[in-house]
Amino acid sequence: MKHFRVVVAGLAALVWAVPAVVLGQSAAPARSAAAGATSAASKPYVVPRTADGQPDLQGFWTNSTYVPLERPANVNKEFYTPEEAIAVEKSAAARESEQTEPGTVADVHYDFTQFGLDRSQSTFARSLRTSLIVDPPDGRIPPLTAEGQKRTAERAAARKAMGGQYDAVQNMPIGSRCIIMGGAGPPMMNAGYNANYQIVQAPGVVMILTEMIHDVRIIPLDGRTAPSPGVRQWTGVSRGRWEGTTLVVETTNFNGKNPFRGASEGMKVTERFTRVAADRVLYRFTVEDSSTWAKPWTAEMPMAKTDGPIFEFACHESNYGIANILAGARADEKRAAETAAKKGSN
Amino acid sequence: MRLRIGTWTWVAALAAGVVLVSVSVVSTQQPAARAYRAPRAPDGHPNLNGIWQAMNTAHWDIEAHSAGPSAVRDLGAAGAVPAGLGVVEGGELPYRPEALTKKKENLADRLKLDPEIKCYLPGVPRATYMPFPFQIIQGGEHVMLVHEFAGAVRTVYMTNQTEAPADSWMGWSNGRWEGESLVVDTRGFNDLSWFDRAGNFHSDALHVVERFTPRSADTLLYEATIEDPKVFTRPWKMSMPLYRRVEANAQILEFRCVEFVEDLMYGHLRKEPRKQ
Repeated sequence: MKHFRVVVAGLAALVWAVPAVVLGQSAAPARSAAAGATSAASKPYVVPRTADGQPDLQGFWTNSTYVPLERPANVNKEFYTPEEAIAVEKSAAARESEQTEPGTVADVHYDFTQFGLDRSQSTFARSLRTSLIVDPPDGRIPPLTAEGQKRTAERAAARKAMGGQYDAVQNMPIGSRCIIMGGAGPPMMNAGYNANYQIVQAPGVVMILTEMIHDVRIIPLDGRTAPSPGVRQWTGVSRGRWEGTTLVVETTNFNGKNPFRGASEGMKVTERFTRVAADRVLYRFTVEDSSTWAKPWTAEMPMAKTDGPIFEFACHESNYGIANILAGARADEKRAAETAAKKGSN
Repeated sequence: MRLRIGTWTWVAALAAGVVLVSVSVVSTQQPAARAYRAPRAPDGHPNLNGIWQAMNTAHWDIEAHSAGPSAVRDLGAAGAVPAGLGVVEGGELPYRPEALTKKKENLADRLKLDPEIKCYLPGVPRATYMPFPFQIIQGGEHVMLVHEFAGAVRTVYMTNQTEAPADSWMGWSNGRWEGESLVVDTRGFNDLSWFDRAGNFHSDALHVVERFTPRSADTLLYEATIEDPKVFTRPWKMSMPLYRRVEANAQILEFRCVEFVEDLMYGHLRKEPRKQ
């Protein structure tokens, strides 16, 4: 009887292992939300260590994924079956390849598939989750508090007062301006393309280089004091520590110029990086900002091992587009004024 | 005869003196640096981890220069150029004649031409001695050089070394350990960065070999050999100490300067206020 149970457990494990193989995962995203949970079939994964004994997160990773931050309205379960997940990926990949109208200027410039920039042509981190958000359990960002709604309305009004998007460079999205990608975070949301990261560790420090706009985070692990509130940054100020094999990073001191989902400058982000397999890091983050959301909320996304190297992403230096867009807008205005003047004189 | 011997003795003494002087000049840098043995990183290599910064006026002009006025009148003394003894070994830079002309044009028109003013990636070796700190993060396969200015970053490949896949601002760096020194060999540059605010420049044929050598617990000797046959008649070398930022809370902060140069670069494309 005892033997029989073991066999059953082994079969069950095998069943679980199959979708993992189908999905190309060495560590299935298991039904348990616990970081580090791996498929029941595999031996517990032993995290390698760096020369100074830190759990080793080094290498090249991508958090590219087809899983949306929030659960789609027509889905009401936490996980897809492997077949459903593949279908979702396929339809998303098809949408990406049809994102622009063939034969148009936009098609020539923004058809990512031509340049291998769509997710289906590069590594992406597979997951059966229906949303990255794991808490609250409905997989959706909690509603904004009254204060959060007021702030969002004020920001929208202030933005509107600045004029049209092409009236001045400052009115354009910060990513287009090459200051920082909107989703750079923390939390580090996956970019539409080039969602690649390089992690390098040295005693007392973890460095994360993000390919998009060569963004570097240097996270000190030496237990130093909290940063002065006088220093506000686009990416905040981070402090890190190891909890077992998990890197825990707490970030505050945001400058409020790239608010994450309506958050205030007072937002605190806690990130957890756990290497759950040779080719997988589980990235989990909790966002706290009581003036914006009544309760903290948490999301989880896998990072898949990918090939390096990461090449220099010199964005601002070659940002001909932004000057041309503004110049085009001015030319349009001039043309419109001339047309109006002609009509007036007729 | 006596006189003659005396003369030769004097000449010999003089020659010996010259040798002594030249030895003592060299010895202020090299033998001292060679003698120091740095603490080891966990992997056994010299430990260069930390935040470093140059403390000189090479960012104004790598060559010896007198103090001078600000290029922007309104900045007065705050924008004026402090004098400097220079960091180039062996005197003047060996420019080709046409390149020297371009250098002078760069200097004369530097407010328009200096890539630093536009917040462009600073290139190499300029990034090292800008008036901003940089951090060395010494992983096993990759040594990272992370600069505060414009968030410039260099990956030094200690393994899996390849040629530059394409030209870039910060170049493509392969590294090795030679005794106490981290030696970084960088190629694959574009021709758009400068060496300093004085218009000293290079072409896309630039090849830089840098040596980072610990010379005490809190200082490094930084040496960079510059080779660029399109611009210079021979290779030349610069050297300077780098100092550790020893503050307990020292860290690289954000200097995302794109935001600070947008009106300068695109202000002329701003929509005119509507005339009522």
